[in-house]
Amino acid sequence: MSGTAKRPWTGAVRERAVGALPPEKLLPDSQPAYMASWIYIFGVLSLASLVLLIASGMILSLQGPDWWHSSGIGHFFNSIHLWSVELFFFFMIVHLWGKYWMAAWRGGRARVWITGTVTFLVAIPCALTGYVSQQNFDSQWISTQAKDALNAAGIGSFWNLMNFGQMYTYHVLLLPLAVVGLVAAHVLLVRKHGIVPPFQISDEPPATPAPRPATAEPMP
Amino acid sequence: MSRETRRNEDESYREWKGAYRPYDILKEATIALGVVLALVVLLTILFSSPDLPPSTIKSWSRTNPVDFVTTAATELDGSSITGGYGPPYNNVTANTQHLGPLYPARWFGVSQPINSAQDFVIAPLRSITGQPALQNAISVYQAAKTKTQAAWTSAYEAALAKATIKSSDSISVTPGSYGPLPTMMTALLTFAQSGGLDGALLTGKQFYQDNPTKALMFMADGGVLTNHAQQQHLLGSQWGMMNETGSYPGQVWLWLYTFWYQVKPFSTSTNVDILVLAMMGVLSLALILIPFIPGLRDLPRKIPIYKLIWREHYRAHPADE
Repeated sequence: MSGTAKRPWTGAVRERAVGALPPEKLLPDSQPAYMASWIYIFGVLSLASLVLLIASGMILSLQGPDWWHSSGIGHFFNSIHLWSVELFFFFMIVHLWGKYWMAAWRGGRARVWITGTVTFLVAIPCALTGYVSQQNFDSQWISTQAKDALNAAGIGSFWNLMNFGQMYTYHVLLLPLAVVGLVAAHVLLVRKHGIVPPFQISDEPPATPAPRPATAEPMP
Repeated sequence: MSRETRRNEDESYREWKGAYRPYDILKEATIALGVVLALVVLLTILFSSPDLPPSTIKSWSRTNPVDFVTTAATELDGSSITGGYGPPYNNVTANTQHLGPLYPARWFGVSQPINSAQDFVIAPLRSITGQPALQNAISVYQAAKTKTQAAWTSAYEAALAKATIKSSDSISVTPGSYGPLPTMMTALLTFAQSGGLDGALLTGKQFYQDNPTKALMFMADGGVLTNHAQQQHLLGSQWGMMNETGSYPGQVWLWLYTFWYQVKPFSTSTNVDILVLAMMGVLSLALILIPFIPGLRDLPRKIPIYKLIWREHYRAHPADE
């Protein structure tokens, strides 16, 4: 046996995780003073919409895909689901535009931007599979129209929008899992790197670094 | 800006060294959830959500029997959209969309085979029992030479353009050389109007059915879905991708995707789908890679919207400006 003790996997992962995201970064009680604009709320509004659309989707899934067509309560939760999706995309797109004009990838934050944009792009097929899983005229029309683009790209060979069984599985499990995973990665990266500072637009070098306060300092 | 200057400036943005303000992340998340929940419930109470019942072959064949029989005739001779589609449904290559020398639709072959004549007409008719005249008519059709079959279907399709609807929802065409087609099509129409064809096209090898591809392909070849979609403002020319039935907002976030379908050269190209998809693929990749694309990544600095976003900061720290 070797005399050197091997580092346990669990301990190594914990050390790395805590190193990257110490509690004060993960659950902060202070933020840079420049975080003072309405644009900052669209990230958390996107998250809130995501929570609601997943919650309403879970309620809809309790009784199966037919339920909401014949039940008033089911239709109510379908409406909650629809408007959560509409708001999710609205908030996410405003959030995306805001972050673009802030050039939020600066200072080593490219992965934050990338996970955000990929989340948006993965959310699109997630919503599409929902539209074609409704089992109504919308589903018929959307699936028969959208199939042509996917077929032209070769994707339709293994991802058939008209196959309800396949689309429903993607909609209630695989794609939401991908969206939630990407959002989790995005939020953790935001917490790790912090929000992007404003542009330095004078010719002078950046201000001399000052230590971050141990506790929040109220603004004057 | 030199590469080194850019690198140094970018490094200065890595960590904020200035003042902080109190912030409660959990309180913010809770308030946001409450606000969005209230908004969603309000929208639900005010607008509910659409649920237009699906079209069926039964209702289509009853409300527009001529269109139904015309579509069935084109399925029989292979001149329908499905019959000439190509991969992934059949081996027809004439209509496959391509991007230059690339034909992605052909890469995976015929993964969901559909023989429009066999699947949509012959097999459903063969499932009808107790009608020896019908079974004989099918045998006559199948035994005929391809040229003869084509002559029958061409003449029958031409006659259907002037067909009239009888009171019993059946159709009447002028007499002609249609071979066994009138017998076959009358039986198929009656079968469809009873709901039998819906079931026949939904039935697969398993007891449990969850794949209506064949029924949808058949209906999409006729006018039933298109006519209904036009009433609901869902056609591509109506920017339908962004709409939903009943004047509800649809997938509004796809506005750029549907935009390309409205403008040349996309709108007039026979390869429109693959061209638009390729264009959106490139744009999506560019969106992801903005931090590394000169010009695109520099635009936020040149168009000072950031001064509006961080106006309080610049007011408090004019030296930064």
